[in-house]
Amino acid sequence: MSVKPYLARSPAIAARVLGDETMVMSGINSTLFTLDKVATIIWESADGTTPLEEIVKKKVCARYDVSLEVALKDAELLVEQLAEHGLLLLSDQPIAQSSSSPKVNP
Amino acid sequence: MPTLTAITQRTDVVVEIGGLPIRLRCEDPAFIRLLINRYAGYISSSIEAGFDFEIELAPPDTKCGDEDVQVKWDTDRWLMTRGDFRAEWNPSTLRGRVRQTINPYSLDSVLRIVHTLLLARKGGFLVHASSAICDGRAFLFSGISGAGKTTIARLAPPDAALLTDEISYVIPQDGRYFAVGTPFFGELARVGENLRAPIDCVYLLAKGPKNKIEPIVGADAVRGLLGNILFFARDPEFVKLVFDAAFDFASRVPVRRLTFVPDMRVWELIV
Repeated sequence: MSVKPYLARSPAIAARVLGDETMVMSGINSTLFTLDKVATIIWESADGTTPLEEIVKKKVCARYDVSLEVALKDAELLVEQLAEHGLLLLSDQPIAQSSSSPKVNP
Repeated sequence: MPTLTAITQRTDVVVEIGGLPIRLRCEDPAFIRLLINRYAGYISSSIEAGFDFEIELAPPDTKCGDEDVQVKWDTDRWLMTRGDFRAEWNPSTLRGRVRQTINPYSLDSVLRIVHTLLLARKGGFLVHASSAICDGRAFLFSGISGAGKTTIARLAPPDAALLTDEISYVIPQDGRYFAVGTPFFGELARVGENLRAPIDCVYLLAKGPKNKIEPIVGADAVRGLLGNILFFARDPEFVKLVFDAAFDFASRVPVRRLTFVPDMRVWELIV
């Protein structure tokens, strides 16, 4: 796995789930992002303690007819993009909710 | 009979937009006169003001940069900068300062920023939209530059009260959202009427071959609205407030797409 396995939602964002979508706005530059159904599943599961692979296996592969390899590759791409925009924090270690500071994200 | 006319050299003026009086002070009476003219219809006769801004005028030959507007929170105050002005505002002391050259546009921008910051705390926002009141109901026409905000305003029937052709002022009150007149104008170059009315509908503007209204719901409505709301401040807390306000607004006020050809018949469809 190439990306850091633990992911948590940045505290510097505003987000709401509406139907099957999640709308996320960066608190830094007010750019708006829309997450689709599967991306929303991953977003909602980003609790800082559940590794991405486990999220994909239990919440994506269990619901959709997709192999773990393919789903994980797509999920890694997604979380990398979200991290680049400062919406997700990625870490090699579990991320405590109280210490979810942007400094965790390289 | 000889007469004596006193010409008052005022060094302050209170500009009240959205029910919020802001005192503007400047040692140059000529600049105050310029402001009185610029904000005609929004000058308060009251001496009371919620906030005070001291305006320092830079020499006319001061070179202005072309930096975009930046708004950030620093310790205890908002810092607002653009190529043509530097301003700060401390919400605790209720005081601020602006340094700019002699022109009405810099202060106009500062006021827009200050109002977005104040409105966010109240659940309101400024949005790129023209707005007008017809039969006691306010209609907003939102879109990016070139979408037709000023065109719709120009086509409004004579009995419509135009609130703005550029920046609409939206504020919640008693469980409803109201549109409030502003002096912030666009191509129309006309100050809006200082009135308010409950918002009946927001139209997201699109130009097309025939007039048509379509409902927009859910995420599309919020997305369309958020795309036109003014976010000056690079501050997570502020962004969250306005983001939440947009969702609440979209859950209470109908959002529709208005495709129109630029002639007066479009207003028959609207009202």
